[in-house]
Amino acid sequence: MAVVSRTLAQNRVAAVGLLATVLLGSAVALIFFYAPTDPDQGFSQRIFYFHVPVALTAYACFGWGAWKALRVLWKRDEAADLESYVAIHQGVIFGALTLLTGSIWAKASWGVWWTWSENQLVLFLVLFLFYCAYFMLRFSVEPGPSRANMSAVYALFGVVLIPISFLAIRLSQKFIHPVVFTLHGPQMAGSQFFTFCVSLAGMLALFATLYAVELAGKRADADIRELRALLS
Amino acid sequence: MSAPQSPPSEWQYVAAAYLVVFVAVLAWIAIIGAKLQRLQRQLAELVRRAADRG
Repeated sequence: MAVVSRTLAQNRVAAVGLLATVLLGSAVALIFFYAPTDPDQGFSQRIFYFHVPVALTAYACFGWGAWKALRVLWKRDEAADLESYVAIHQGVIFGALTLLTGSIWAKASWGVWWTWSENQLVLFLVLFLFYCAYFMLRFSVEPGPSRANMSAVYALFGVVLIPISFLAIRLSQKFIHPVVFTLHGPQMAGSQFFTFCVSLAGMLALFATLYAVELAGKRADADIRELRALLS
Repeated sequence: MSAPQSPPSEWQYVAAAYLVVFVAVLAWIAIIGAKLQRLQRQLAELVRRAADRG
């Protein structure tokens, strides 16, 4: 036990990864054995416990990417460029999962895989496609300060879409997409909210793990390239 | 003559949604694993090259 705790203390990535595993494992147990079945939507409402945390994590990834992009432009922090890129990459993965799980939930609840009349869905798709185009921009420019600056400006523009996407269903007059979080608090039972919080914490821990591992991989890749150049 | 197919029930949609997330995480682990192996090979080659140089 002492060896395990010492290893985790020395390796924060492993600790966060373990935390993500425990939280997501607990979340799955809570979702299927603790949270009550929703009287309106039935069993399919259980998709909510993964779909919404995945969507919020995608927003967090894009927000973190924008913060790092701001550091590139403001502090001239060269390392922040790679950090911003990795955060946005993770955001696109979580964004794709949001669209996939949302589509499955839509089919189960509304009988259709997608509907263009829903602002929330369309705005999330726009946000997702906007950040997909980030990679086209980034890889069409030679590596260097100009690429870092252009990528940072683009990442900052995208973050403006996040509050619009989040508020879309609250501003819309006509919607079928459920609104759970209102100004009066979460519209669900305490046990459902607790399950949701555990799931959200698990997703955020998963993002932190994936972010740290991908960043370490990219940095190792860059170090090896540098070493090869020195040895050649 | 094929048997008529019944529409998927609610639990099948729920299972599909959770499976999508699970498969994505597994795919990501496989990609990172492959990348780590490539980095390990490249590093071993660089170590050998540095040793040859003395």
